[in-house]
Amino acid sequence: MSTREPGVRRLVIVGASLAGLRAAESARRTGWDGEIVLVGAEDHLPYDRPPLSKAQLDHRTGDDLVPLRSRDELDGLGVTTLLGTPATGLDTDGRRVLLGDTAVAYDALVIATGATPYRLPGADGIAGVTGLRTHSDAVAVRRALDAGARTVVIGAGFIGSEIASAARKRGLPATIVERLEVPLSRSLGPEPGAICADLHRDAGTDLRLGVGVSGLESTGGRVTGVVLDDGTTVPADLVVVGIGVRPATGWLEDSPVALHDGDRGVLCTASLATSVPGIWAAGDVAHFPNVRFGGDLMRLEHWTNAAEQGALAARNALAGTGEEIAFLDTIPYFWSDWYGHRLQFVGTPRADEVVTVGPHGPGAIVLYRRGTQLAGVLTIDRPRDIMKFRRLVMEPGSWDEALFQAADRVTASA
Amino acid sequence: MRIDVDRSRCEGLGMCEAMAHEFFEVGDDGFVVVLDEAPDEGQRAFIRAAIDSCPVSALSLRD
Repeated sequence: MSTREPGVRRLVIVGASLAGLRAAESARRTGWDGEIVLVGAEDHLPYDRPPLSKAQLDHRTGDDLVPLRSRDELDGLGVTTLLGTPATGLDTDGRRVLLGDTAVAYDALVIATGATPYRLPGADGIAGVTGLRTHSDAVAVRRALDAGARTVVIGAGFIGSEIASAARKRGLPATIVERLEVPLSRSLGPEPGAICADLHRDAGTDLRLGVGVSGLESTGGRVTGVVLDDGTTVPADLVVVGIGVRPATGWLEDSPVALHDGDRGVLCTASLATSVPGIWAAGDVAHFPNVRFGGDLMRLEHWTNAAEQGALAARNALAGTGEEIAFLDTIPYFWSDWYGHRLQFVGTPRADEVVTVGPHGPGAIVLYRRGTQLAGVLTIDRPRDIMKFRRLVMEPGSWDEALFQAADRVTASA
Repeated sequence: MRIDVDRSRCEGLGMCEAMAHEFFEVGDDGFVVVLDEAPDEGQRAFIRAAIDSCPVSALSLRD
């Protein structure tokens, strides 16, 4: 017998990636012994995505996928998987997730379907053009790099930058095309964005800024170049589209689950409850108010966020009557590896002021001020320092103290 | 109870330090240093949570 929520005999988790897996694991950790069904669109057991744009693009990597948990481990947890079965709809009256011709009934539901890369208009069916979100995408990119592809990345975001880095590591020509005048200026601010631009240039990546893509050139169905809206053409054997993602919620459009007006992500409370009782959401798909940062509505595409939210959503989904529902108390954190440099960010970049302390390049500490407090920190090649600044964001420390500590650390490492 | 680090897996991402800086610190070389390798039994749940947070499963507990 279950010792917790008596009405919940079956927890269905839609989305078999990190957030979904953590949801299943955390459900078991509560001691609940009901049925767990993990539904995934891909054919694979849950696997890790950060290496897709990092180690798995390395030339020594094979095609094999190592899942986060083996089939045996999932069996041991009592998790039933329905893989290769994308959710197609949600019947909240009948408490069923629709899977094409079939359906699975739930008592409690966790939505963890993640996000889907935006595609380039007119690129469908042209070989050599891909996004990078799945294992098979990574295999396609690595094989193209193995074959010596001239690489063009569209979009100078973190994933695109890592792909350019992988190409340059092999000595292959890499071009990044970015519509903004300064890469990442919207997410990190203009000055840190300019520092990131220099990392690309110093590594020999051809950075084309303030220019859009007007089309692709192809021969025999295979891409040969990217045509820019300034009239130039960049030759390409591999085009990786990294212009962002949208929450994978098409299957929820006809359901009463409230979605964000802009990107159609799932609107959640700080406990990850959706607008429909019994339904929770986690990971890249979920908007949530972050109480640490003035209740800002956030949707994060970070590994740590998916892990944390998956665990919390399942725990709350199974919380018994009268039991405390837990709220997110989170400081966003992500990292990215470019050309042998480690970029790390904690907190929020939504700030009143951004100040770079130390070198405007590797070794930089970038501080983000909100009011009189430290709200975010970006470091480049300071693995020892970043979590000290996280503690300052958490306290939260005063802006003056943050400036002092940053100067101190720069001096100490000079 | 002992904390083990697999240096071949550690990427110095610092989640363990974020969760439990009393026991873990990433060094300048980008590898974690365990500050107290044989902690008190009373700290087990706290340390377990930090170990479980490692994105590359570089940490483990040994009895």
